[in-house]
Amino acid sequence: MNDITAVAPRQNRFSWRALSPWLISAAVLLILPFVLDSGTAFTLMNVIAVNIVFALSYNMLLGQGGMLSFGHAVFFGLGSYAAMHAMNAIDEASYAGEGFWAHIPVVSMPLVGMIAGGLVALVIGWPFCRRAGTAFAMITLGLGEMVAAAGQMFPSVFGGEAGIYGNRMVGPQWFGLELAQAADVYWFMAFWTFLAVFAMWAFTRTPLGRMSNAVRDNADRLQFIGYPPRNIRFMIFIASGSFGGLAGGMAAVNYEIITPESLGLIPSGLALLMAAVGGLGVFYGPIVGAIVVSLMNSMLSDYTEASILYVGLVFLAIVMFAPRGLGGGIEHVRVAAREGTLGKRLPGWLTGAVAVVLISLGLVLLIELLFQWRHGDDEFAQFFGLNFVAESVMSWVWALILFGAGVAVMRVTKKFREDNA
Amino acid sequence: MLKPIFTFLAASLLLVGTASAETVKLALIDPLTGPMAAAGQPAFEHLKYEAKRINANGGLNGQDLEIVGLDNKVNPQESLVQLQKAIDDGVRYVTQGNGSSVASALISAIEKHNQRNPGEEVLYLNYAAVDPAFTNERCSYWHFRFDANADMKMNALTDHIAANDDIKKVYLINQDYSFGQAVSKAAREMLKEKRPDIEIVGNDFHPLAKVKDFTPYVSKIQSSGADAVITGNWGQDVTLLVKAAAEFGLEAPFFTYYGASSGVVTQLGDKGVDRIYQINEYYGEFEDPEMAKRQTELYEQAEWDFYYLRLSTMLDMLKKSADQAKSTDPVDVAKAMEGMKLETTTGEVVMRAEDHQIQLPMFISVMKDDMEYGAEGTDYNFKKVARIDREAVSLPTTCRMRRPK
Amino acid sequence: MLEIVIFSTLNGILYGLLLFMLSSGLTLIFSMMGVLNFAHASFYMLGAYFAYTMGMEIGFWPALLLAPILVGGLGAMVEKFGLRRVHDNGHVAELLFTFGLAYVIDELVQLIWGTVAVSYREPDYMREPLFTLFGTDYSIFRGVVILIAVFMFIALWFLLKKTRVGMMIRAALTHGNMVGHLGHNVPRLFMGVFGFGCALAGLAGVIGGPLLATEPGMAVTLGPIVFVVVVVGGMGSLIGAFYASLLIGLIQTFFVAIDASIADILNAFGMNVDPYGEVTGITLASLAPMTPFILLVLILIFRPRGLMGELEP
Repeated sequence: MNDITAVAPRQNRFSWRALSPWLISAAVLLILPFVLDSGTAFTLMNVIAVNIVFALSYNMLLGQGGMLSFGHAVFFGLGSYAAMHAMNAIDEASYAGEGFWAHIPVVSMPLVGMIAGGLVALVIGWPFCRRAGTAFAMITLGLGEMVAAAGQMFPSVFGGEAGIYGNRMVGPQWFGLELAQAADVYWFMAFWTFLAVFAMWAFTRTPLGRMSNAVRDNADRLQFIGYPPRNIRFMIFIASGSFGGLAGGMAAVNYEIITPESLGLIPSGLALLMAAVGGLGVFYGPIVGAIVVSLMNSMLSDYTEASILYVGLVFLAIVMFAPRGLGGGIEHVRVAAREGTLGKRLPGWLTGAVAVVLISLGLVLLIELLFQWRHGDDEFAQFFGLNFVAESVMSWVWALILFGAGVAVMRVTKKFREDNA
Repeated sequence: MLKPIFTFLAASLLLVGTASAETVKLALIDPLTGPMAAAGQPAFEHLKYEAKRINANGGLNGQDLEIVGLDNKVNPQESLVQLQKAIDDGVRYVTQGNGSSVASALISAIEKHNQRNPGEEVLYLNYAAVDPAFTNERCSYWHFRFDANADMKMNALTDHIAANDDIKKVYLINQDYSFGQAVSKAAREMLKEKRPDIEIVGNDFHPLAKVKDFTPYVSKIQSSGADAVITGNWGQDVTLLVKAAAEFGLEAPFFTYYGASSGVVTQLGDKGVDRIYQINEYYGEFEDPEMAKRQTELYEQAEWDFYYLRLSTMLDMLKKSADQAKSTDPVDVAKAMEGMKLETTTGEVVMRAEDHQIQLPMFISVMKDDMEYGAEGTDYNFKKVARIDREAVSLPTTCRMRRPK
Repeated sequence: MLEIVIFSTLNGILYGLLLFMLSSGLTLIFSMMGVLNFAHASFYMLGAYFAYTMGMEIGFWPALLLAPILVGGLGAMVEKFGLRRVHDNGHVAELLFTFGLAYVIDELVQLIWGTVAVSYREPDYMREPLFTLFGTDYSIFRGVVILIAVFMFIALWFLLKKTRVGMMIRAALTHGNMVGHLGHNVPRLFMGVFGFGCALAGLAGVIGGPLLATEPGMAVTLGPIVFVVVVVGGMGSLIGAFYASLLIGLIQTFFVAIDASIADILNAFGMNVDPYGEVTGITLASLAPMTPFILLVLILIFRPRGLMGELEP
């Protein structure tokens, strides 16, 4: 884990420079709805918003605390269930016109999810946090499987396979936001995502946030200077669980349905996938990862039936060749630009990019040919404007040539890149 | 590795707002990739094949039918994203079958969508999600079911078992989730009513798609002395169960809901012969030459069997409704479809207006070797044992349909 | 009652032995390289599919020998060109690599062999009953599986304890650097062990394919249980993995066999609870497939080094 760089050093003075990313992202969030015009775009934005918070909360554990978890969806799912039950309570209470829940707006559901996620982590977390590493990974795996199975066993709480569903257009409205369309929900999502991301960033600047980096890098030393690592891990676990629950609360409002499979290994793996693709070592890495993986999940399958294979290959390639993830790549460019070395380094990077494009084109072609050979037509191949026929040897040769050319460019330009690094 | 990402990002931008007016689009929202793809792909190929036939016969009120496949990975949340994509793409008809969780999500989402967007109504044609609730307490005007629901299937199945005096002891084994529990409950209630002398010698639940080794369950069935086993299991859970039973020489027949779903015949081989029965709206003999032609053609074109007679029924009914209403608008089509009657190869079927549940005859069939039209390229297929008439399959509904004004 | 006990024991042992064949390779890899190989069950699946494809050409027995060798070779390549690259980035990176690899292998299998299960079956003559007890058949194939598993266990034990290579492996487990300083090629040893572990998984696949089912989902469902075996048995302990496999196999089968709900058990102790309640109505049979994970969590909380392990993970 030594490759993970610590966040930038603390700046005591107020500076516009430190504030600028926040102002820019707030501006983007405000302008986006006027650029987008289709329901799909808003729906996708809302999904991405939920996934951003989910991936960032996961990275509090893995990237910052060094705790690899395979059960993070437990907090997401239970937070979502709590919010959904609360939403139904609001529905009933406002129908009756009285009671505590009649005064709670649906907009606040992420808070309910957050409290639920935090409470669950508080109750179960202590025995889990004795060790990091493999033991923690395995115990969270077991936890995830158990909770997911329990989800199917208690239909009165989890609603069985069909899950529980609700209606977000109930209770008191805030700011006239009636949450009917995906476009209305966007404002709700933008607000909570911005708030949650800011809160999680602020968490990295607290003493506890710093301590979580320390427990990741050297737990023994932390023990020697008088901070029991287990306590620190426990606190990170609770914080991460809370934000996972918050993402769950956002999901409850967005989808208006929650099913037991949201508690299982697949969504937990998704969190890991998003965080790792985006980069564990950069704060905004999981945001990039969440955007890329969500889009791939929802859009890629329209073009190819091998979409999951592509997601897996992208993940594998990043783990092997770019362990700092997409966010790490962006950070590289940013640092180079700040140091004024961008002009010198860019040609080298471009050669690398050419090689990567060639290799991936070759691979995509190879996979699509394989697919055509086994299962017949696939739209992805036509999409490239290449109507290659699997029977013809030439198309296989082309795929290999592209792949080989990419590898060759990579090899030949290796020294050039190193000289200009 | 970034190239594919960019290309489809660009493509997704292009995709936005490219609805064409010439064709009527029917979107299939089902698993098309990943481990569950074997459940969604046959339906997709089936629909594409049948759409050609519909279009050759004049389409829906003169307009061509186009099938759009959208992958939901059997995840309810992802299904809602795909539904939104479909709506933006100009889709007004949606069909889905795998998973009651997805069906539940689609019903409530479409209900809300139609309420919030008058003039853009979407119709949901359900071809395989069998939770009885969808045409009872949760019935919706925008939902039409073309498959018999779980209770109707059990009604037909228990009729058949009740008529067989050799069966005195029945064992129930089901997946431990809402559908499996519903099957078990319906079996117990209906058997008690039709044949009080039948003893339920076991009622097991096992977790969904988790059990690899069914031998302990088989030992239990063996020692209980059961004459028949009833199971709602699907996918690997039915294959592994019957396979384990065959290996241990268990003679009792298995009455299943999904014994003929994809992969079962291939894996069981002769272990399934005379052992596995299924209740379905069709069987594997294809004595009607038209159906035999479809089976042959579909298998040649897409390597899937003609398993879903109900998908043909669904498209035929959609065509008939559109032609009758002289419109392809879902509001008009829905109105025409209520109470619609259609003559199919198995007899007349009716889309009951009170709950939008199709009423149709059902068949008990058993797996046999050396069939004329083998399933999945083997020589095995399901041979008809008994026909249960439409009236006998039918069950009353508690639905109080709320119709739009 | 007696027949249930006898057959549950036989079934439990058979299932346990299959688990052991799978987990023995993982234990070797895990204890030597510190990598919990997420793709291990995927190699098991590859073993089944390779044997299926080869078996159609060359028959069951040659495939039983060749398929594991092929899977082992593939595993060695994966170690050499993949895992070794990410080794410098730490254990988490290695784990992520195998996690992604599992995804890719599962998808490739679907791409090549299709999404529907294939008809991979044992030879006809092995389907005859070995013996019939209380009207229940026990096929020859099941007997053969038990024999192969026991033979594998003995061979593995002999290899590790009595041969020079085994000595090197055992030394590298605890003192990897020292073995390297003594002039042995540790990277090659790693590659060999990884390949060998994968070959063992492949062998389990050749047998598990006809015993259970050969389909694209066969890895996903078995993968986590194999981890449980390794952790419960104790890191690096072959004997521990053996006991843990049998324990899990037997617990699962007997939980299914015992027809009792939580309420039945509580009521037997003089408590008075509703036998059809949502919690109390849960039967042991429906809990059976969850027992490995319950065991995992309990072991990690109360005895983190596992049944027989010497080190904590």
